Amino acid sequence: MFGRILALVKKEFLTLLKDKRSRIVLIGPPLIQMLIFGYAATFDLKHVPFAVYNEDSGYASRELMAAFDGSPSFSRVAQITHEGEIAPLIDSKQVLMVVHAGPRFSADLQGGRPAELQVIVDGRNSNTAMLVINDVREIVNRYNLAWAASHDGKLPPSHIETRAWFNPNLESRWFFLPGIVGIITLLVTMLVTALSVAREREQGTFDQLLVTPLRPVEILIGKTLPGFIIGLAEASVIILAAVFWFKVPLQGSLFTLYTGIALFLLSGVGVGLMISSVAVTQQQGLLGAFIFMVPAIILSGFATPIRNMPLLVQGITLLDPMRYFLIVLRGVFLEGMPFHLLIPQFWPMALIGVSAFSIAGWLFRHRMY
Amino acid sequence: MRLKGLVRKEFLQIVRDPSSIAIAFLMPIFLLLLFGYGVSLDSEHIPLALVVEQPNADTSEFMAAFHQSRYFDPSVYSNTKDAEQAMMAGKVHAIVVLRQDFAKQLRLPDGAPVQLIVNGVDANTARIISGYVQGAWGKWLEHYALQRGQELNLTVQMEQRVWFNNELRSRNFLVPGLVAVIMTLIGALLTAMVMSREWERGTMEALLVTPLSMREVILGKLIPYFILGMGGLVLAVSMALFLFEVPLRGSLWVLFAGSALFLVTALGMGLLISTVARSQFVAGQLALITTFLPAFLLSGFIFDIGSMPGVVQAITHVIAARYYVAILQTVFLAGNVWSVILPNALGLVILASVFFGLTWRNSRKRLE
Repeated sequence: MFGRILALVKKEFLTLLKDKRSRIVLIGPPLIQMLIFGYAATFDLKHVPFAVYNEDSGYASRELMAAFDGSPSFSRVAQITHEGEIAPLIDSKQVLMVVHAGPRFSADLQGGRPAELQVIVDGRNSNTAMLVINDVREIVNRYNLAWAASHDGKLPPSHIETRAWFNPNLESRWFFLPGIVGIITLLVTMLVTALSVAREREQGTFDQLLVTPLRPVEILIGKTLPGFIIGLAEASVIILAAVFWFKVPLQGSLFTLYTGIALFLLSGVGVGLMISSVAVTQQQGLLGAFIFMVPAIILSGFATPIRNMPLLVQGITLLDPMRYFLIVLRGVFLEGMPFHLLIPQFWPMALIGVSAFSIAGWLFRHRMY
Repeated sequence: MRLKGLVRKEFLQIVRDPSSIAIAFLMPIFLLLLFGYGVSLDSEHIPLALVVEQPNADTSEFMAAFHQSRYFDPSVYSNTKDAEQAMMAGKVHAIVVLRQDFAKQLRLPDGAPVQLIVNGVDANTARIISGYVQGAWGKWLEHYALQRGQELNLTVQMEQRVWFNNELRSRNFLVPGLVAVIMTLIGALLTAMVMSREWERGTMEALLVTPLSMREVILGKLIPYFILGMGGLVLAVSMALFLFEVPLRGSLWVLFAGSALFLVTALGMGLLISTVARSQFVAGQLALITTFLPAFLLSGFIFDIGSMPGVVQAITHVIAARYYVAILQTVFLAGNVWSVILPNALGLVILASVFFGLTWRNSRKRLE
């Protein structure tokens, strides 16, 4: 039995790696994408272009504007002198934000009246707009404290001291990189499995496979192992890149991490094979891969928290193996979560994997044309 | 005339394998429904732990500000340890601590510290929470000063105005972005297999010996899928407008002209993949790699392109979805701003010509 499986595994590896194009596609792009996406996925604003509209000639407003210039989040690209200039700048996306101080800004501030700083933000990407507003608020708060301290102003009767656990500088890249490890791992399993059975069906070689002494279970194992091995190898390389290239801290144990990876690969390969065995043509296999992969990523909590989703959709995410894998990745990487706390994430992945394999195995036999 | 025959053959192939029709019509409905309702960045009812070591009138006044806020779903603890355990277990995302001597310190010149501990794993949510906590804290300060007839030392007040999306409704920018992602998938999926299928089955050679020129072959592949894709687009745009109530401030014809241009580009990319790959298997793999993830992560749909490092920004220029996301977000939310639409349309035209040029070159000299 092992000899037969081994022969099939060998054949699968050959079909995957024999063709030069397929070999390149399987190894190059996922690793390159890891690097590009690793740099692209961040919510930390850098050099957001903004314009200053300062009607005030006093010292106070100039000092506040200088605080914006000093922030790494913003870079001043224009200075405007009347209101009509605001709209063209923002409409054409030359600036994302205009900071406006009125003519009485310094006088108000000195007289102890509230001085108004108007901030106009381009809301076409409302998330970026919200991040801009947060950064502006931080600058204004810091300025207010400094002002109060140097002008014998009374400090407010209370102040907030903030601490962040697990990620003291709140670097959003630390949050996204483990997610990208998950996404690329999913991509690799889909690359290897989603079209494999469909191709054999379309070319008619699957029927030949079925009349060999191989039992469906053995075919299943033979089809699974290559995806599993390639996925494991690429996941390891990606994790090395995350730790040594991007310097994401790996707090937890490798054993816990690899338990998660193995279970996720099991479920990913299982779903891939299931899609592949439902499909009659490779085009259908490809469609199936997308129908699975796109929701699996968007609903996994990768970029938008699951908590924000409506309850019905939150229920759907329970079927998504990525959802559990992301918690494992982030937990092990950033929080150093121990094995036993992650068991609630492990068993659903195992369950999804086993169910998908059972369906795939059943389809091997019962879907014939 | 010859072209008509080829288009007819292609249409027959579409009708006989329902997966193309599923790609064009079912996929946009399914994905938009799921994401339009599912994806949101608007955090409300954030679970938060309020640690009050010694309850009194001052602390309950403070807590009222949090109970009234729609952003928080606070639960009260009497010591930090329990709250920290709750955060470890993921039950709360942040802890606000009022120490034992809160009331006393409030009356001292240095003021009372309010400690905020956030779970930094999701840095973005952590920042949002920190902003909301400051908001609630500010409300409480105002109330506190007002009640005691004190004048709060007012300094710079920030007044924010968000153009195009005043309530910061994240659906307004996510839905146009999703339309771009979905159209990328439709475009590439429809054509990624069609040329490689002809090569794999050997029917391409049969096509080559007909009087059809390569240009006609490519056009014959393009026209039917373009019609199919536009059908999907009309569906997606109607859902955005009528179901998700995204405002359309530009004109409809600009929206459709831009979309048609993008669809041609996306189909061109699919044809190129299909031509380069030669086998359907490799074409499928290439489509998986080059379509969804780049359109999702590098198009400016979620992550701001301006904040990426220079090299990555340069790479985004070859992602067609980048131009389309800019056009869609502008036409939907801002209006017909030609200074945004024209350069991005030009980007699409250049990409499309590159894709079709490469497809044509690679097909011509192919026979071995």
